[in-house]
Amino acid sequence: MIALLRNPSGLIGAVLVTVVATAALLSLVWTPSDPLAVDPTASWLAPSAAHLLGTDALGRDSFSALLVGAQVTLGSALLATTVAAILGLPLAAFIELTPSVVSSFLQRFIDIMIAFPTLILAVILVTSFGSSTWTAAIAVGLGASVVVARTVAPELRRAHASDYSLLALAAGASSGRIMLHHVIPNAGSTIIVRLTQVLAGAALAEAGLSYLGFGTPAPTPSWGRTLAEMQPQIMTRPEVLLAPALCIVIVVLGFNLLGDGLRDTLDPRTRRSNR
Amino acid sequence: MNTLFAVEAVRKRYRGADRDALGPVSLRVEAGRHLAIIGESGCGKTTLSRIMLGLLPASSGSVHYRGAPVHGLRGSAARDLRRRVQLVLQDPFASLSPRMRVGDIVAEPLRILNRGTPVQARVAELLAAVELDPAFARRFPHELSGGQRQRVAIARALGPRPEVLVADEPVSALDVSVQAQVLWLLRRLAEHEGLTLVLVSHDLGIVQNLCHTSAVMHRGVIVESGATAALLASPQHPYTRELLASVPTLPQRPQ
Repeated sequence: MIALLRNPSGLIGAVLVTVVATAALLSLVWTPSDPLAVDPTASWLAPSAAHLLGTDALGRDSFSALLVGAQVTLGSALLATTVAAILGLPLAAFIELTPSVVSSFLQRFIDIMIAFPTLILAVILVTSFGSSTWTAAIAVGLGASVVVARTVAPELRRAHASDYSLLALAAGASSGRIMLHHVIPNAGSTIIVRLTQVLAGAALAEAGLSYLGFGTPAPTPSWGRTLAEMQPQIMTRPEVLLAPALCIVIVVLGFNLLGDGLRDTLDPRTRRSNR
Repeated sequence: MNTLFAVEAVRKRYRGADRDALGPVSLRVEAGRHLAIIGESGCGKTTLSRIMLGLLPASSGSVHYRGAPVHGLRGSAARDLRRRVQLVLQDPFASLSPRMRVGDIVAEPLRILNRGTPVQARVAELLAAVELDPAFARRFPHELSGGQRQRVAIARALGPRPEVLVADEPVSALDVSVQAQVLWLLRRLAEHEGLTLVLVSHDLGIVQNLCHTSAVMHRGVIVESGATAALLASPQHPYTRELLASVPTLPQRPQ
């Protein structure tokens, strides 16, 4: 943990993610004003003490909407990544460690699934089950799970076929022990880094789907949808689009940098010696 | 004589291959008589050693250790074989898990096979036996040189006090000067611990002063075997002669 914060990417990533997480947690208990309170007399107000980032077309406080948007972004990114991990990791282990007709069939199935665009999968699911943040997140997680399985599987195979696993076998280790002491520790950093990338991708996908109207439905604030609602102002007041866009950049950059930092610090070969 | 390994007509064909990678091969390993299995890359010598250890199934034939089959062992019989027979591999950068400390790497066979031994003390003893400072136990493999890593691999293999040490090209990944040191170490340890060595190698030079008997392999079968000195002095099979003559030399540089 300390090693992570000593790593420049890890430190910046951790700070950015912490900022977004704090905003999300804060918005659960407090926002400057009700983000859903409509006030027709206060539409498109410029930033002021009462409205830090001004108001939107319906007179809602933009800053409060951004805070609540952090909840939606983080929540859906976490849900999508959980789905991807729960489905993808056992799939990877099954394919690599039990070679059989079933696993080679699964591998072809994964190839097909990877070729199928996640965005279209999400649109199909949302149109059949109704537009909601969680449907969109599950769709993104499903799409990411096959990528996780595909990228983690060779890593598991490499560790399982390695000389140190062979020597563990020669030392009488059970397959469970080899899995626990050799395969998972040696493939673990790849798995964690891959999952932080899924977090970044899922946050971006939530914004994209909401922007297109397939994600979080109105009136729940979401950065992607806010961006879409602010769009008519791009010529007259481009700065109102800046806040939600910047938030999306912060969260995606934060997860990616955190992943880079984790990759560097989890590997003893690249970790700076602190003895 | 006291036979340790008895290999009878072992064959191996890998899935999808159109010819046998190995066999049929028969050989015996007698207690106290170091055996060299010699041959070029791809001749099946590594496959043979894996099958002898029971780490790879044979397509046909049988391997017995002290009269008991090595394949299909379970429970205490399997642990007993693992205690008696240990393995050292060629590449000391691949054979030590990069995520484990040297102390844990050396301790792993002890924790599995010799439950109840005081691990810390035994690890220090083993590191001392391979001429490494016991402080190395706290290091990671990437902090060690190739020779040091191979010493760690040997220390690990010696942990359960085996009767046989199978060494698959134990020095071919090392610098020439380090090779000699590791070979000396193996020889000294073999004497000291009463070990029988099975040395798999492509290099006749490194086995000649270490192994009593040699078996020369070519295309999956043993073409010649016997006392190492006799084999080197008067090779009978053409392949052995070729192998003896094939010590690489560079042509003189034009002046």
